[in-house]
Amino acid sequence: MLSKLGLASIEDLFDDVPKDVRTKGLHLPDGVDEIRLSRGLQELLRPNRPASDWLSFLGAGVYYHHIPAAVKTIISRSEFSTSYTPYQSEISQGMLQALFEYQSFMVELTGMDIVNSSMYDSSTALGEAVLMSHRMSGGSIFLSSRAVSPEKLSVAQLYAKGADVTVDTVDYDRESGLIDINDLESKVTDDVTGFYFETPNLFGVLESEWKTVREILGDKAVVIGVNPLALAVMMPPGEMGADIVVGDAQPLGVSMSLGGPSIGLFGCRAEHLRKMPGRIVGMTEDVERTRSFCMTLQTREQHIRRSRATSNICTNEALLAVAVAAHMGLLGRTGLRKTALENLTNMKELAAGIDSLDAFSAPVFDSPHFNEFVIRSPVGIDRLNEHLMTKKIHGVLAIDRWFPELKDCALVTTTEMHTPEDHRRLIDAMGAIR
Amino acid sequence: MRYHQAIHDVPLIFEGCNEAVPQDIESELDGLLPRNLQRARLDLPDLPEREVVKHFVNLSQMNFGVDNGMYPLGSCTMKYNPKICDDISSLETVANMHPLQDASTMQGALALMFELEGMLCEIGGVDAVTLQPAAGAHGEFTGMHIVRAFHESKGEERHEVVLPDTAHGTNPASAAMVGYDVLDLPSKDGCVDLEALNAAVSDDTAAFMLTNPNTLGLFEKEVREIAGVVHDAGALLYYDGANLNAIMGKTSPGKMDFDIVHFNPHKTFATPHGGGGPGAGPVGVKKDLERFLPVPRIVRNEERFELDYDRPDSIGKVKVFYGNFAVLVRAYVYIKMHGGKGLERVSELAVLNSNYLKQGLTEMFDMPYGDLRKHEFVLSGKKLKERGLRTMDFAKRLLDYGFHAPTVYFPLIVEEALMIEPTETETKDTLDAFIEACGRILSESPDIVRSAPHNTARRRIDEVRAARDMILSWRSYREKTQSI
Ligand SMILES: Cc1ncc(COP(=O)(O)O)c(C=O)c1O
Repeated sequence: MLSKLGLASIEDLFDDVPKDVRTKGLHLPDGVDEIRLSRGLQELLRPNRPASDWLSFLGAGVYYHHIPAAVKTIISRSEFSTSYTPYQSEISQGMLQALFEYQSFMVELTGMDIVNSSMYDSSTALGEAVLMSHRMSGGSIFLSSRAVSPEKLSVAQLYAKGADVTVDTVDYDRESGLIDINDLESKVTDDVTGFYFETPNLFGVLESEWKTVREILGDKAVVIGVNPLALAVMMPPGEMGADIVVGDAQPLGVSMSLGGPSIGLFGCRAEHLRKMPGRIVGMTEDVERTRSFCMTLQTREQHIRRSRATSNICTNEALLAVAVAAHMGLLGRTGLRKTALENLTNMKELAAGIDSLDAFSAPVFDSPHFNEFVIRSPVGIDRLNEHLMTKKIHGVLAIDRWFPELKDCALVTTTEMHTPEDHRRLIDAMGAIR
Repeated sequence: MRYHQAIHDVPLIFEGCNEAVPQDIESELDGLLPRNLQRARLDLPDLPEREVVKHFVNLSQMNFGVDNGMYPLGSCTMKYNPKICDDISSLETVANMHPLQDASTMQGALALMFELEGMLCEIGGVDAVTLQPAAGAHGEFTGMHIVRAFHESKGEERHEVVLPDTAHGTNPASAAMVGYDVLDLPSKDGCVDLEALNAAVSDDTAAFMLTNPNTLGLFEKEVREIAGVVHDAGALLYYDGANLNAIMGKTSPGKMDFDIVHFNPHKTFATPHGGGGPGAGPVGVKKDLERFLPVPRIVRNEERFELDYDRPDSIGKVKVFYGNFAVLVRAYVYIKMHGGKGLERVSELAVLNSNYLKQGLTEMFDMPYGDLRKHEFVLSGKKLKERGLRTMDFAKRLLDYGFHAPTVYFPLIVEEALMIEPTETETKDTLDAFIEACGRILSESPDIVRSAPHNTARRRIDEVRAARDMILSWRSYREKTQSI
């Protein structure tokens, strides 16, 4: 090949790299073969304690759910997994139809008119929602409920900064854990862009005052954060008056993987479509009038609109959107609703079990919950967790580090993965603490 | 090779058999969820596993990936992805890890990430790396926030980011998202025009964004001079790492005096691209900028790894948790598998393949700008116009021969651009077959080319109609077809 190019050595191919910027190779160890690699990696990762090993009651945005084996079969099809973004639609119908089905499943669950084919995760989806609200209704302050993960809010703040928008919070009611409507009312001024709340919120609590929220916000944006699994049984945000919906679709067929990759859900009402970030797949026909799919409304996107695009997103989470579509297909309407019901049931049972211990109370908030809830512990959460970890139970999430008023409180999550024996193990371990 | 893609009539999953819905759970639900919080209806299919698997497997057969054949999509580095990477990333000790576990129960993960940061420092010639960003564009967003924090820390407000007109669309979009005005710099002979750059930068310039080799596959030889001009103006130099596959071990962004760098593991380090994602977008910086990196930082305390949130100058967080871990694991495995010498070899072969392919195509196409290319090159299809054809027609016809099309109409400064990146994983036979197919297409009747593709699951698709009809979900399809 070199001789065809009239070159003597490989080095000649790098003649255009000036001497003063050349480096002398890489100071990295030599490569290893597959046998050693596989062994080495298993060894390196052995100190990890996955939720399939130690019992885990962690949630707060990332959940341990059952994923049917067939989901992996489907997303391991390398025609899907090794393809690029489907710019050449004629040769990419499989991916395009699967993404269209993902959008369709999410439209059905959320009750929104449009859902895009994915964002990175719920935190960046929220960040983009802040920017989109700003495009929709101007203003310089974006309000968010305080009952949201502070980490997520800090991502939203960073996104907001680029548009000179600041993020301010609206307090929650100490009894119910719900939005403090008076506080909201006092903060909605002319300068406000929109308002974000979650249902279930960080405390696992389901909001019920969406009508009031919609009225208070008037023509400003209402952004609602959801857990799509809960939507199998819950009132969809489309009927709650949401302009934009965000969330993580991870609970529907995507493994936790230390929090990434997740898949950001992003939906909106039809009138806001052209202000929306992200890729969208639409149905059309080919020259033979056969039903076909392609990416559409690309004039919003960076590769065409450059600095005036609605977002910089390019690579997204497409393969995980296929996983979600496959997962929803496999569970079906019945399976999804049954899973959601099991989550609700488990939450009730575990909260009652913990509450029956003298020193603990659960749930702290007196409202309907989905699959997680706040408990109050008689000892500091650090001490509680140290004890749980001696029993091979992962510590629960201390939320008093973010909410000083919730001293000795922690978030506990249960899903369909947990058996009555798992609950019993946690309750017994808690009961043994002095 | 003639390629024939499978053609199945796969109805939408919603159109499949919908047997009578089994008993619902409403009565049980009432005790658990107040009526006013319940949804009234949920129109989803109920299908047996057998039907769902059949549905998606048949769909997959109407999709083309690297595993099907050569995918010379310029700028995207569509190399073959070793399967061991996927295997490791689906271990339970990866897949079932919760991000909020106590650090003592994720020591393996932290060790891996810590070591990966170190390896990326070496490859990028930088001093510190964050793994948090979710993709290349997200890395640019992170980098631009670091730029902003850097200037703010000096009490300066700068409003402008400069970039060449060959820059990828995400560059200007990311700068704008961080609040910067974007100034496009016209190129000279396909490279940065040093004089124009000199005239363009000022004390209002926050950063200059560049990829090297650039999107034409040309190495910017004056990169040190460029760095000088940018730094003299008090601005920072940002490296778009999408083209790193050309230079590993030969030079590094750090050596070229870049201050901030992002990596695209889903290009350079072989994570399969998944039909659009997921990827990852680690960002590396020089020492002075380390304090601005997102939190948490992974730190080593003797033999223990910890997550350090106590970084007062940090820009904050660009996404929750620590990055796309399952993708980063693949990158780690890939780098370990190749080692230092292996990675250098990757770049050598990527550049060799690119130049070999370019040589084979010179007679057929206009080849603007220079001779030696790095890992990719750009042709102009303007001669096709004489035969009433456009670059897109040529690209579509390649599909019939079992080659994915190159990137078309980018970079914007080349008329009828065809951007070709063969990558190091294609054999000489495959490259020869590609050259032969290109030759054949040029001798075919224009009608055949214009009406291509012929052998794919669909014939030419009407994108204009998609934008007009706006059928964007099963629900909107039903609403629109019922109202006709
Ligand atoms: C030159 C260049 N820069 C930036 C990007 C953006 O990277 P990502 O798609 O990972 O966001 C790409 C990829 O499409 C690219 O080719």
